Amino acid sequence: MSLIQIKDLKIHYPIRSGFFNRVTDHVRAVDGINFEIEEGETYGLIGESGSGKSTTGKAIVGLEDATSGQIIYKGHDITKASERRKLKYNRDVQMIFQDSMSSLNPKKRIFDIIAEPIRNFESLSKEEEKKRVQELLDIVGMPSDALYKYPHEFSGGQRQRIGVARAVATKPKLIIADEPVSALDLSVQAQVLNFMKKIQKEYNISYLFISHDLGVVRHMCENLAIMHRGRLVEVGTREDIYHNPQHIYTKRLLAAIPKIDPKNREEHKAHRQAVEKEFLENQDKWYKNGRVYPLQQIGKSHFVALPQDKLEGGR
Amino acid sequence: MWKTILRRVLVMIPQIIILSILIFFLAKMMPGDPFTGLIDPKMDVNTIAKLKQEYGLNDAPWVQYLNWVKNLFRGDLGMSYTQHMSVTSLIGDRAQNTFWLSLVTIILSYLFAIPMGIIAGRYKDKWPDQTIRIFNYITFAIPGFVAYVLALWLFGYLLNWFPTTGTVSVSVAPGIFNYILDRAHHIILPALVAALISTTTTVQYLRTGIIDNQVEDYVRTARSKGVPERVVFNKHILRNSLLPITAFIGNVIGALLGGAVMIETVFSYPGMGKLFMESISQRDYPVLTALILMFGILAIVGNLISDIVMTIVDPRIRVK
Amino acid sequence: MEKPSDLLLDIQHLHTGFRLKGKFYDAVDDVSLTLRKNEILAIVGESGSGKSTLASSIIGLYDQKNTRVRGDILFNELNLVGLNESLFNRIRGKEIGMIFQDPLAALNPLMRIGAQIEETLYYHTKLNEKERKTRVLELLDQVGIPDPVRISRQYPHELSGGMRQRVIIAIAIADKPSILLADEPTTALDVTIQAQILDLLKDIQDETSAGIILITHDLGVVSETADRVAVMYAGQIVEVAPVDELFTNPLHPYTRSLLESMPQTDVDDEELHVIEGTVPSLDKMMTDGCRFAPRIPWIDATSHEEEPILHEVSPGHEVRCTCYRDFYFKN
Repeated sequence: MSLIQIKDLKIHYPIRSGFFNRVTDHVRAVDGINFEIEEGETYGLIGESGSGKSTTGKAIVGLEDATSGQIIYKGHDITKASERRKLKYNRDVQMIFQDSMSSLNPKKRIFDIIAEPIRNFESLSKEEEKKRVQELLDIVGMPSDALYKYPHEFSGGQRQRIGVARAVATKPKLIIADEPVSALDLSVQAQVLNFMKKIQKEYNISYLFISHDLGVVRHMCENLAIMHRGRLVEVGTREDIYHNPQHIYTKRLLAAIPKIDPKNREEHKAHRQAVEKEFLENQDKWYKNGRVYPLQQIGKSHFVALPQDKLEGGR
Repeated sequence: MWKTILRRVLVMIPQIIILSILIFFLAKMMPGDPFTGLIDPKMDVNTIAKLKQEYGLNDAPWVQYLNWVKNLFRGDLGMSYTQHMSVTSLIGDRAQNTFWLSLVTIILSYLFAIPMGIIAGRYKDKWPDQTIRIFNYITFAIPGFVAYVLALWLFGYLLNWFPTTGTVSVSVAPGIFNYILDRAHHIILPALVAALISTTTTVQYLRTGIIDNQVEDYVRTARSKGVPERVVFNKHILRNSLLPITAFIGNVIGALLGGAVMIETVFSYPGMGKLFMESISQRDYPVLTALILMFGILAIVGNLISDIVMTIVDPRIRVK
Repeated sequence: MEKPSDLLLDIQHLHTGFRLKGKFYDAVDDVSLTLRKNEILAIVGESGSGKSTLASSIIGLYDQKNTRVRGDILFNELNLVGLNESLFNRIRGKEIGMIFQDPLAALNPLMRIGAQIEETLYYHTKLNEKERKTRVLELLDQVGIPDPVRISRQYPHELSGGMRQRVIIAIAIADKPSILLADEPTTALDVTIQAQILDLLKDIQDETSAGIILITHDLGVVSETADRVAVMYAGQIVEVAPVDELFTNPLHPYTRSLLESMPQTDVDDEELHVIEGTVPSLDKMMTDGCRFAPRIPWIDATSHEEEPILHEVSPGHEVRCTCYRDFYFKN
């Protein structure tokens, strides 16, 4: 059985307008999505800004209220705060943020930052606590003299590793990683990704890896979902998505990734612009009044958001 | 934009209604009634009861409230217990005095604070900034009444530069020009002192605004366009740094009214603040209630003005 | 020696140092580079490489009191190093246009889009107000903004990220400068928008034959757009090459390590390559020997030059230090 299941999750925000500020419409930030994450797996959620990917992540940790739908963890729907408390859900599910500077309290020492989640959920003696924090710093490759320093004394990559250490402090089952390496330099990014993988193996952690970077997701995730306008446009394995993309939006994203292949750049550009043209000119074919179609299964693990008839006609 | 402003004005209505209800019932809870001050010891208890009946004092509280509001709209705030004149005409004169004092204070305050803020921000950590900082520490630390009493003693009694009481001299020469001059002479000392000790917040906001904005990306953009530094400062840095100050206008108005109580008392300046003190000491409840209501409304209006100014100067706040 | 006429910018031995606790430390250390007409020169490096300092030195925007610039930046015989402010203001915007990383922060939140573009025209052209307004609309159209009339009256917060970056580009090209300086122009944008903005830059270059200096940390962006690439590490250029050459035959250990650390494969068991150690902070930067040596400690000390210089290995391909000859990856 999967670790966590997201079932028809919707998060809508009211739009108020008119003279009396009445709710006239809703922003459908997340508009009915389904996916599940297996134990020990890294599941990729890809989208551009405004796609709803971060909102989804926040809903899973309970930082955002679901308008409807369910998030099933250990057989319980945790969209209610009371259920989350009962299950000690917030110990089992942690989050890593993109901006390591603003997500670490600048006035606290690294020791207190990492110890805080432990103190919240466990009662350890001072000795045990310190030992635990030291272990955690060890795992993410930080020297132990980091304990009594403050966040600003570290580089971006080191801070991000501290963020990882804090997230794993409570031995969580699932970590929501929202653009964990987007702000980092290439060589540092490699380091943080390697640590995330190492920790995953050690503790059998699952990740929901939220990113706009298809290169990084390809490296990290076996299964992934592409999100657009609050819905999933394509779900599948790495193989399905990268080698056999079906939805125009997936193709558009893939075509837009810069390739390390300067000799063929004109072809890339031509291909990219052809895809872009198809995307712009055939909106009605791929979207129903701008809304992404429900997912249809087209392979063992491969789902695409297409209209029913298109699918049958295409086969 | 107009929609936003209009909506903001409408929001004010329930605020004022709640305020008036609060004040009315607080006043009701105070001992005494409108006749306490008028009572002739020889008056018959039955007559009083009759009068009470006549004046509706035995009605249900909400009926009394509605009558009070109805009278409010007619400009009838009742009679002062002590002055034997209507509250409306009593406050009318005083309000005018306070208005002029506050206006001059605000203008003077910004006249001092804005150049000081600009200089402090521009010459950060240099001697002009440090001088201004010391000035700010001092004016911020001195309690208002100490400054007022000190100024009154020094410039009023010792040096005799300014009159020490009232709004206008009894011996003023005829002619409208002389009259205005004489009133200004009375206002200038209290306004000046109040202005000087109220600059701190404005100076600090402006100073940090200028320092922060100087390194903003859009300022770099302006420089990269080849815009001369002087223009970059005036058009980009300064303009954007004035924003938080405009947001603060409402608070300044509120603070001034609060300060009026003290400053008018010290300078024996017959404004609302002084009247407030007098009516407290004489338990003149009708005047007190009316004044509290006015102060409350003015504070609400002050915030309204802040919000409207913000809507005009900051496009990000405008709601479509 | 006669200089070819399409040479736009000739940077010679540029040193840009910042004052830290009373001492100057060179964030850009002896950089020599040329930019030609119609060329896109990419400057690649990670944070702390000095690439952004190089950009601000070229356009003369730095804290005058705490920065020391030495060397020459020649633009048409005119040396931009030490140029007085009023002369420099005739160059900025007019001859060198600049494009910034964060398009929201780079626009004044309280000014209409049109006014922000018009400002640069006011200082560099003889156009009257009406002509300026017309030109603003032309420019908005040129950078692919639909409905220029409406957009010119809007404020920055009303536009999307991509649109804002187009506005920034419109400001940069308003006076038809011969040089465009783009500092991480697409880093804050989505990939699909990034592709559009890079295409736009190319189109503009085709129209104006401007020389573009593209500062970026993204090797993919370099590969898709640049003609020539300079790789910077710790304030120095460690490798310069035509773009094809750099990606098919990277030589310097740093260039090779960077390419190696890119996640590109389908194999998820594979560990990504990590460069040992970290970039030293400015005040701890070594001043002699190969600056990359501490990060490849398994390479024998004798492989490095005592005073590493750029060696031309093929026409236009230069590499600093001799360590590239003996470099290998540890595993």
